[in-house]
Amino acid sequence: MKLNLKVWRQNNANAAGKLVDYTVDGLNPDMSFLEMVDVLNDHLVKKGEEPVAFDHDCREGICGMCSMYIDGRAHGPQHAATTCQLYLRSFKDGDTVHVEPWRSRAFPIVKDLVTDRSAFDRIIAAGGFISVNTGQARDANNLPVDKHDAEKAMDAAACIGCGACVAACPNGAAMLFVSAKISQLALLPQGQPERDLRALRMVEQMDAEGFGNCSNIGACEAECPKEIKLTNIARMNRDFLAASVGSETE
Amino acid sequence: MSAATHKSSALFKSSLGKKYLMGLTGLFLISFLLVHCFVNAMVFFDRSGSLFNEYAHFMGTNIIIRIMEVVLFAGLLLHIIDGLMLYFQNRAARPQGYAYNKPNANSSWYSRSMAILGTLLLTFLIMHLAHFWVHSRFMEDNMLKQPHPDFKTDMLNLYSLMVDTFSNPIVVVIYVLAQVALAYHLLHGFWSAFQSLGLNHTKYNNAIHMAGTAFAIVIPFIFALMPIVIYLRTIGVM
Ligand code: SF4
Ligand code: FES
Repeated sequence: MKLNLKVWRQNNANAAGKLVDYTVDGLNPDMSFLEMVDVLNDHLVKKGEEPVAFDHDCREGICGMCSMYIDGRAHGPQHAATTCQLYLRSFKDGDTVHVEPWRSRAFPIVKDLVTDRSAFDRIIAAGGFISVNTGQARDANNLPVDKHDAEKAMDAAACIGCGACVAACPNGAAMLFVSAKISQLALLPQGQPERDLRALRMVEQMDAEGFGNCSNIGACEAECPKEIKLTNIARMNRDFLAASVGSETE
Repeated sequence: MSAATHKSSALFKSSLGKKYLMGLTGLFLISFLLVHCFVNAMVFFDRSGSLFNEYAHFMGTNIIIRIMEVVLFAGLLLHIIDGLMLYFQNRAARPQGYAYNKPNANSSWYSRSMAILGTLLLTFLIMHLAHFWVHSRFMEDNMLKQPHPDFKTDMLNLYSLMVDTFSNPIVVVIYVLAQVALAYHLLHGFWSAFQSLGLNHTKYNNAIHMAGTAFAIVIPFIFALMPIVIYLRTIGVM
């Protein structure tokens, strides 16, 4: 199997980038997209050229590192999959495939396909935590949680912080990510003491990072590898409104 | 993260505050469309226009409606300013776009085009206000004073102004096209307003979506029929 690639190459944050054509041949359709880039990089290194820089870690769909805008879509054409879980059988032999980094003011390009997503870390640090006392683990059954809430919290907690929602959003908004991180705690009793403060601080930090504004387009939900739902954004909207208008938290 | 940074004034500066404002003003404008459509639909039931003129007279002279007119302009202005701010901030959030992008794979064109649809609607609205609102409020048109056996003496003959305006087929076509833009704006805007205000619930989502789709089709359709029917009356087909 053969692919014609147009890969975004950019030396550093300030350099101008451009799409560069590569052809990779002898591919197996059951290879993952990342393995294909590995093959490309092998060729480049052998030719004495600079390999394509890209982020990756777990290669099993759970770390969220493998950010690539493939063939005009975040993580490529396959539904609910990260780049490492995207296989070449999703493409046809001889296809031309564009590969670009996430494009967002809040995710500056470091090199080639690598972007700096530490804006997400700063949003978490602003309020995406709970305060618990250390000591003995408490008895599992003395804190009842409604089954529906437990499931919704688990679904929200599936977010791997990959940033595909931002990459796919025409507004460059980060609300699906932030709402998942707010929801996973807002739905549980452990998240209640800091619920107001969390909503205020995380939204405040999200705005400060320069993400865009959500206009309910829904591209994020459609492209999220973990199928995080727009209902989380509505929950964040409610929490932030309640915290701004109703709470004494400033 | 200083403790005192979040004042209530910060609410409407925040990204979510702009969302709430967009949703609230949007719902308010939707309620206006409903009333406007109901009143104007009177033209269908009486080809002499006197029924419509009676309703229009009430709308033009009732003190509560006149106050709401001012509130309406304020709401519209907020909707426009907020929308423009969102548009420019969102453009700035992605200074460099994708060289190759397939947005249709994950979203509808009209949900991504609210700003352009809104601009088209605003352009139409300026024309529409020039056609009717400016005439009925500020100009001493002879046509508006046309005597009619059924009319009270102080009543404006707005129907004859409608007939005069829609006797021009180009105007009719522009009005109908504007309703297409309105339909798509509402198709995204209706449910979007609920989502923005946090009103998203598995029990009610289907109803909200269905009501939104029905509203987005029915109301612009009735509006579009008005110039068409009146034009057909002027050329004697109806
Ligand atoms: S919400 Fe989905 S797309 Fe966004 S960061 Fe989390 S897992 Fe990725
Ligand atoms: S490399 Fe970890 S999710 Fe793809």
